[in-house]
Amino acid sequence: MGAEFVQLSLTPLAIGILAAVACALPGNFLILRRQALIGDAISHVVLPGIVVAFLITGTISTWPMMLGAAGAAVVAVVLIEAIRRLGRIEPGAAMGVTFTSLFAAGVLLLEQSDTSSVHLDVEHALYGNLESLIWLSADGWGSLLDPQALADLPPELGRMAVVTLLIAVLTAVFWRPLKLSTFDEGFAKTLGIPTGALSLGLVVTAALAAVAAFDAVGSIIVIAMFICPPAAARLMTNRLEVQVAWSIAFAAVSAVLGYVFAGYGPLWFGGNDAVSAAGMIATVSGMILGSACLFAPHRSRVGVPPEPEQT
Amino acid sequence: MTPAAVQLAASDGRALHPAASTDNPLAIQGMTVSYGEKPAVFSIDATVPPGSMAAIIGPNGAGKSTLLKAVLGVVPALSGTVAVFGAPLARARHRIAYVPQRASVDWDFPTRVIDVVLMGLYRELGLLHLVRRHHREKALACLERVGMADFAGRQIGQLSGGQQQRVFLARALAQNADLYLLDEPFAGVDAATEKAIIDVLKSLKAEKRTVVCVHHDLATVVDYFDHVLLINVRKIAEGPVATTFTAENLQATYGGRLATTHIDQLMLPVA
Repeated sequence: MGAEFVQLSLTPLAIGILAAVACALPGNFLILRRQALIGDAISHVVLPGIVVAFLITGTISTWPMMLGAAGAAVVAVVLIEAIRRLGRIEPGAAMGVTFTSLFAAGVLLLEQSDTSSVHLDVEHALYGNLESLIWLSADGWGSLLDPQALADLPPELGRMAVVTLLIAVLTAVFWRPLKLSTFDEGFAKTLGIPTGALSLGLVVTAALAAVAAFDAVGSIIVIAMFICPPAAARLMTNRLEVQVAWSIAFAAVSAVLGYVFAGYGPLWFGGNDAVSAAGMIATVSGMILGSACLFAPHRSRVGVPPEPEQT
Repeated sequence: MTPAAVQLAASDGRALHPAASTDNPLAIQGMTVSYGEKPAVFSIDATVPPGSMAAIIGPNGAGKSTLLKAVLGVVPALSGTVAVFGAPLARARHRIAYVPQRASVDWDFPTRVIDVVLMGLYRELGLLHLVRRHHREKALACLERVGMADFAGRQIGQLSGGQQQRVFLARALAQNADLYLLDEPFAGVDAATEKAIIDVLKSLKAEKRTVVCVHHDLATVVDYFDHVLLINVRKIAEGPVATTFTAENLQATYGGRLATTHIDQLMLPVA
């Protein structure tokens, strides 16, 4: 665990943890609001957004990509609401229709446009490229104090850190109205809480997490982290405060174990090549959810229909 | 009428209900709500006198809950004005407590009984104030009033239906309001809970507060309430129970779906 670790593994690990936590935080509320699929929807529509941004600007520099992705997320949210209201279709179906069609449109656009010169393809969109986010100019733990080496950190790390911090602060500040309106929207309205704005804010925050994480680690992690850590955490406790703490822990553990297994796991089993870290992180989070379903203390309550009336 | 209410009425292009004085806890005029093409509530005017125990009564699908939600702004109204103690709703929210239908929330939500009651203190706590000991004590006192203090630390999903209803009432008590609006508080609860709830509501009335319940059990109207609003999409009648809760009005409300002998049993004995 020396120079090589700092150079090759420290930054991917940190970015993986930050991305996982950024998605898990809003995921807690999305799951309780039965909107878990919206994370899935947003992470898919990011692709057409990025392709369109590339076609317009002709570069894959960060800000046009982020703007394109954010724009697509907003379009998707508006489309989902429109389909739900005008078509009188249940939200899950509206999301399903929206994200599959927009993702498909993104794939077609990608094929039709000349993106061969740049690193923009479907695999990249799905898996990201966590392993490539290395810190070349580091030569040991001492580099953490070396301004010159720090300046050479992958820019994804700084962006992801800012976004994760922002999401954590927003969650803390709006905790009380968010919890109240998630539990009892009607009551929240009578208190004068702007529940519509709050619910839009939650979706926009989720979109922010998805877009930032997509940029660094691809959409597989985003989809998994919106759902798996919060769902597993719900089975650990009956208090939302504790649930959120567990979800952060599960997200971080998924990122670390996933990264380690992806790098070394295949070698342990006699394979030769490392596998995708993003894929492995998502897999580990799924396994944590599976274990929670089997062994967690409060596993009986999620998804159980309400008990018959006791009169 | 307050200047603001006059202004509101003027901006709406018509006069406010004459009953919208600062004395009346609730004055509704021309309330119309529609979910689809057919209105769920059509042009209802109503006034709740101060200190009364009022029941909103009507058959299933008559728009009772919808009327209550529209009054509170929980569902959008197509038209109509609401005056709460003579003021528009936005300036009178702190004087209202609301108990939604128990089935309207997911009781599997990860939270404890005491946390639900603390939600009633939201206006006091705001975004960032910490919950302090006196907040907890206030919440516990409200749970005590509904006989649920021993359950403060329980997860809400572990309660029976009647206990959940009492927790909702405790949350409304924590709001310390002048006007209590309850949506079917006696629906599907056990006898002990029904007794506990009506005792609390009567103590609210004794404190000169006003209570309005959406209610479906005609057999208890005379015992529990002193004012009724009979609706079936439109208003059929409103007034004191003694003069308004009549066989004729009930027939009009329920459209002949009640047997006359049944209605006779519900009426006050003729003096």
